[in-house]
Amino acid sequence: MNREELTTKDPSRDLTREDLTSELPREAERRFDVLVIGAGPAGMAAAACAAERGLRVGLVDDNPAIGGQIWRGQSDGEPNPDASKWVQRVRQSGAIVLCGWRVVYQPEPGLLLAENLNGFCELKYDKLVLAAGARERFLPFPGWTLPNVMGAGGLQALVKCGLPIRGKRVVVAGTGPLLLAVADYLRRHGAEVPVICEQASWSSLAEFGLALVRWPAKIAQGITLKRSLSGIPLSANSWPLAAHGNQILESVTLSRAGKVEDIPCEYLACGFHLVPNTELPLLLGCAVCKGYVQVDEFQQTTISSVFCAGEPTSIGGLDLALVEGQIAGLAAAGRAPEARSLFGQRNKARSFAHLLDRTFRLRSELRTLSQPETVVCRCEDVSYSRLQQHTSWRSAKLHTRCGMGPCQGRICGPATQFLFKWNPDSVRPPVFPARVATLAGAASQLEVQHSVVTGGH
Amino acid sequence: MPSDLEVKVNGLQVAVPLGATVAVAVVMAGQACRLSVDGSPRGPLCGMGICFECRVAIDGVPHVRSCQVLCQQGMEIASQK
Amino acid sequence: MTKAAYDVAVVGAGIVGAACADELARRGLHVVVIGADIVGSGATAAGMGHIVVMDDSAAQFALTRYSQQLWQELRSGLPDDVEYEQCGTIWVAADEDEMTEVHRKRTYYGERGVPTDVLDAKALQSLEPHLRPGMAGGLLVPEDGVLYPPCAALFLMERAQAHGAKLILGTSVAQIGDARVHLADGKEIAAEIIVNAAGASAADLLPELQIKKRKGHLVITDRYPGFVRHQLVELGYLKSAHSVTGDSVAFNVQPRRTGQVLIGSSRQYGAEHKEVDNFMLVRMLQRAQEYLPGLSQMSTVRTWTGFRAATPDKLPLIGPWTGDKSIFLATGHEGLGITTSLGTARILAGQITGAKPEIPIEPYLPSRMAKEYAHA
Repeated sequence: MNREELTTKDPSRDLTREDLTSELPREAERRFDVLVIGAGPAGMAAAACAAERGLRVGLVDDNPAIGGQIWRGQSDGEPNPDASKWVQRVRQSGAIVLCGWRVVYQPEPGLLLAENLNGFCELKYDKLVLAAGARERFLPFPGWTLPNVMGAGGLQALVKCGLPIRGKRVVVAGTGPLLLAVADYLRRHGAEVPVICEQASWSSLAEFGLALVRWPAKIAQGITLKRSLSGIPLSANSWPLAAHGNQILESVTLSRAGKVEDIPCEYLACGFHLVPNTELPLLLGCAVCKGYVQVDEFQQTTISSVFCAGEPTSIGGLDLALVEGQIAGLAAAGRAPEARSLFGQRNKARSFAHLLDRTFRLRSELRTLSQPETVVCRCEDVSYSRLQQHTSWRSAKLHTRCGMGPCQGRICGPATQFLFKWNPDSVRPPVFPARVATLAGAASQLEVQHSVVTGGH
Repeated sequence: MPSDLEVKVNGLQVAVPLGATVAVAVVMAGQACRLSVDGSPRGPLCGMGICFECRVAIDGVPHVRSCQVLCQQGMEIASQK
Repeated sequence: MTKAAYDVAVVGAGIVGAACADELARRGLHVVVIGADIVGSGATAAGMGHIVVMDDSAAQFALTRYSQQLWQELRSGLPDDVEYEQCGTIWVAADEDEMTEVHRKRTYYGERGVPTDVLDAKALQSLEPHLRPGMAGGLLVPEDGVLYPPCAALFLMERAQAHGAKLILGTSVAQIGDARVHLADGKEIAAEIIVNAAGASAADLLPELQIKKRKGHLVITDRYPGFVRHQLVELGYLKSAHSVTGDSVAFNVQPRRTGQVLIGSSRQYGAEHKEVDNFMLVRMLQRAQEYLPGLSQMSTVRTWTGFRAATPDKLPLIGPWTGDKSIFLATGHEGLGITTSLGTARILAGQITGAKPEIPIEPYLPSRMAKEYAHA
């Protein structure tokens, strides 16, 4: 599939496999006025806004298609109109889309190193917009490592990528509005969802519901959700106690408002809200405060050539990500007045972020779910009891290897932060595992013996 | 959903829809993506290339995050030891 | 000000400090260890954990051989997480010139009772099939090994504590001298003897100490079990390690028990920032790929840096400090701190308790460095 085909296709039709430009752009093409990392809503908005003003813009994402998590390609059913609109804008803006590329390192200021399955490339930029989004927070409990126990967004991502779910029973648990969205999505695709276990209290959820009056669009969303969710019990003050199965998930034990209940199921979709992906900003030296990237009103970080938009600045949902992305893109393009005109919209969207934060705070009972043998660091199989002996993340890491695996603490870091109040370590390159050839640089270009392609035909 | 592609997972032939990721193929085949340090079976967790639980070997190349790779006709996928 | 009377206060909770505390506590001394961070941080956390006999000087050989044998005695008592493996070292010869060096080393070691095997090109390829074809051969030193230093340090520290040693962590030391350790928080610890085992920070406490920080880079890969089986070091390593100026890299690769491959090594003077220096990283990885082309496609998980404590004559400082009767040194180990920690501890403990040394201790005495600046 070549570029010409892509641009003439109906952009609203298929979000799955477009932009499969995994081939290396020519050397001359790899300099950008504005380089955007992360092609979710914030990144797409930033890239479109900057490119529409005539700048040379690159949009990089490690997934096979743009859209991030929330707009992950749907190869069936009705595409989301917001998503389609932004995909179209990105396509028509002239931004150069690099899917399947993962940024791993900054060898020097103004230069990023990215790799895909076949090779690596250097991307030069004047201005950088970081929009790498967020990931789910996972908390350990007995059996959480069984196959078919996934994040809520995790299972949804797999279903969006073709996993058959019709007729399968899925328990949804954890916390956050994502649970409702996921349960709704799964249900619409034929899954049987016996319950949604939300650890927040009824009063928090009620407050959340009431507060939504400020956002009519969200109420409409809420009502739609309520309709399609009707029949699925939403159980507040509830959380998973254990997952069971021999080699694969077979059932879960839940604490539902104090009562213990066992439910046989094929999948457990369990996530505890979101944590920001701040690794690349940290590596670049951007100031991070309380886990979020510090930005000024123009979404500029403490590094003047680097902007940040979306979840890494605060977990605030789609609308905030979109407006922050636009502001960042305009500011990076030197269009301060146009950026400023969006500040009001951003303020409105921001208060939703505060509401989210308050409503879905983790309760202390969740710290007691782990048993001594429960694995906390999944990469290195480090159990809860081994970690208990340490008083800091660094000590635990050095002495148990917790956090030393390929995920470099992305999963166990937020968990141990909640369980033990540990603060994470400094970030070292590469931000994602990278091949030796990539880090060693252009002088060691090698033939690829196995060409595993991310997409295209 | 039409089954458009055939891939092999640990020697098992699996039919997957066009556009499916390798992680989906492995889960459809009822196989674990990898064995952990202590030997327990693991499958995809985050679905977005961050947890590394979905690592498999694709056509002989090890440590590939299967949730971010689309299936291609005839791919040979093996659980990562 | 709180005071406590100890026989020995060890400043530094890295592997050298831990080993010294262990030796001293086992001999019945009342010991306190003060560490700025956690046990086994600093160079201990950053280094390769290679237990190796080095032959660049008689004194270096004596200390490393002595220590290597102590590690072998200790190995059966080491817990799993120390990951001790006697995998051996192969000094790789890329050409015939380096093979000459192989034979010289063989003779040197042979005369001193260190078993070795000379490997021709074919033998080398069969032992390490991922080495680039065309290597001339190498020298296998089967009694060398590897371990995981932070857990080794913790093991030694816990043994010291089992013999009554006290441990104070997360506390910086502002000043030492006159049988007193002044902590950064204002507290004071009284000890008859103070051991400066602060590694790269040793000169912070004693500015006259001629210890320079020698920065190194390391890279660790994901799991590729069996890719290399021995610690592989190029013979040019010695040139890198023992030039006293300039930046250099050398091929130095280690198999970890996890199946991960640890890739080193680099040396820089005058670089004090912890960040990875791209130009050094690139050079080091390119050198590594020259020997092991298969590394190119392997996934790396993390890179990091560390600071070795380097002395002008490349030998550590073990013994009484001439500037103050109450101070002893156990520092300046450059890239051999893990190996020689045990030997250092034995020597130091002997010096403090008056026991007969098991190897000659003169080459390591700090007095060799003393400047006569008092006599102007």
